[in-house]
Amino acid sequence: MSSAAAEALSVVLLAAVLGFAVFRPRGLPEAVVAVPAAAVVVLTGAISLDHFRAQAERLGPVVGFLAAVLVLAWQCDQEGLFQACGAWMARSSAGKPRRLLVHVFIIGSLITAILSLDATVVLLTPVVFATAARIGARPGPHVYACTHLANTASLLLPVSNLTNLLAFAASGLSFTHFASLMALPWLVAVLAEFLIFGRFFATDLDVGAHAAAPGEDAAFPVFALVVLVGTLAGFVLASALGVSPAWAAAAGAAVLTARALARRCTTLGAVLQAANLPFLVFVLALSIVVGAVVDNGLSGALGDLVPLDGSLLALLVLAALAALLANAINNLPAVLVLLPLTAPAGAGSILAVLIGVNIGPNLTYAGSLATLLWRRILHQHGTAAGIGVFTRLGLLTVPAALIPAVVALWASLHLIGG
Amino acid sequence: MSVIVWIVEATWPACVDATRGHVAPDTDIVLLHVTAQDVPAAAHHAYTRLLGRGHRERDPGARLEQLAATSAQELLDAAAARLGRACTRWQRTGRPEREIVAAADGAELLIVARDGDLTHLGPRSLGPVSRFVVDHATCPILLVWPQTAPALTTIPPPPHDHP
Repeated sequence: MSSAAAEALSVVLLAAVLGFAVFRPRGLPEAVVAVPAAAVVVLTGAISLDHFRAQAERLGPVVGFLAAVLVLAWQCDQEGLFQACGAWMARSSAGKPRRLLVHVFIIGSLITAILSLDATVVLLTPVVFATAARIGARPGPHVYACTHLANTASLLLPVSNLTNLLAFAASGLSFTHFASLMALPWLVAVLAEFLIFGRFFATDLDVGAHAAAPGEDAAFPVFALVVLVGTLAGFVLASALGVSPAWAAAAGAAVLTARALARRCTTLGAVLQAANLPFLVFVLALSIVVGAVVDNGLSGALGDLVPLDGSLLALLVLAALAALLANAINNLPAVLVLLPLTAPAGAGSILAVLIGVNIGPNLTYAGSLATLLWRRILHQHGTAAGIGVFTRLGLLTVPAALIPAVVALWASLHLIGG
Repeated sequence: MSVIVWIVEATWPACVDATRGHVAPDTDIVLLHVTAQDVPAAAHHAYTRLLGRGHRERDPGARLEQLAATSAQELLDAAAARLGRACTRWQRTGRPEREIVAAADGAELLIVARDGDLTHLGPRSLGPVSRFVVDHATCPILLVWPQTAPALTTIPPPPHDHP
């Protein structure tokens, strides 16, 4: 097959994979189209066997790592960690909405960084809403904070976001090196969000609330917290020993799972469901299809657009390009497209792309143009609600978080070294 | 003809107290709460932005809608208890400013609390939602401070008179 034909085929297949993933007719898993599409690009030779093998070898461990983090977060929820966070926030905010927002930012940033953005979106957001309701505060600022932090606060660790895991595998950085380079960008970006939230939601934050009624909280899940701290220490240790940090996440997930099984609090089926196997298969298949699109011409077309000299301006352009691409398609395919193009330029360029694809999704309401169009066509329930607030907040926060974060990355690269 | 009392998080006790103080005992009283749709929608969209996760049942938007409905019910119950009189409870969902104005059309009185900058007297003591309600309502409005009103001295000085 000619390169042009292979590129056309790959692009059509990628569009079908993404369209199906957004539309999900009859609630079918996203892998239903992604796996056959990956098989087609392999069988037609649109992706070479060598590249396919390399891709599979690199992504296998990434997907295993992802599964471990998903199970770890789910087990922490089962142990009551998120409820305990809610109880702490309700107590410590002392009926002051602004103080609650500070604590939502602290908890949201830590949960996202350690247990990934999925944990913040799925598990923490309802807890935060209930906490706001419990102290009689207006829920808006706190819930929006969760949705934003899930993206912005996912810069810190390789485990914080699937995009990070993919970039981490491509960068060749150690876990601790990655974290030390991203610490300053993470702090700066979260701080920028916080300052804007304080002004944007001034009305809701200044009307007050009341202290939480005492004495209805369950015991603090000490065991889960100890395992989490142990897992973090395991990341550092694995990094020092040159072992994959995925083993630390797997060990943490295994300890919590073993305890839950021993106490008959869970079943293996429930654990497998938390690991979300169809999602893992989808990630593998999607990366194969994107690999074919990049191989057959996209890398040539985008190669000229991507500045790779490592200067501050180049990093800013990379991050902006990544943010735009994340909004045009979605940040997962965006990072898969941009990684092979930027990987030769080293860790700095890869991390700039990450800042773009992680913070960028806060810009648009639906996360991608494709999603928005689908929803327009389908007139899905609730589409119009909040689009004004969301867009204004996104237009304010994304540049305000993105630009200082890239500058902070540039400074970290000079101080610590890429 | 009835009196509509807007029950909203944080400022509602002032509205209930004003009802007790200013509304005649045999009047029909409606406690109205509007749940803003945009908050559950924001959580829903945060989930849809995560590509490939499947599991629609994990969508936090649906969970937030349930929590919001429960919370609204509890708020209205607390308000009714504080009022201590016969009243009707209305629970609506949508854009609060539009729902309030629509519900208050033809009412005898609408009771609203200020919810903007409450540190000094001035036009900013109304937030965007209550500003919209005050500007657009067709019925008379009783506008109350949710806490002790700031002193008269907090009014900004008048502009310099031009000779």
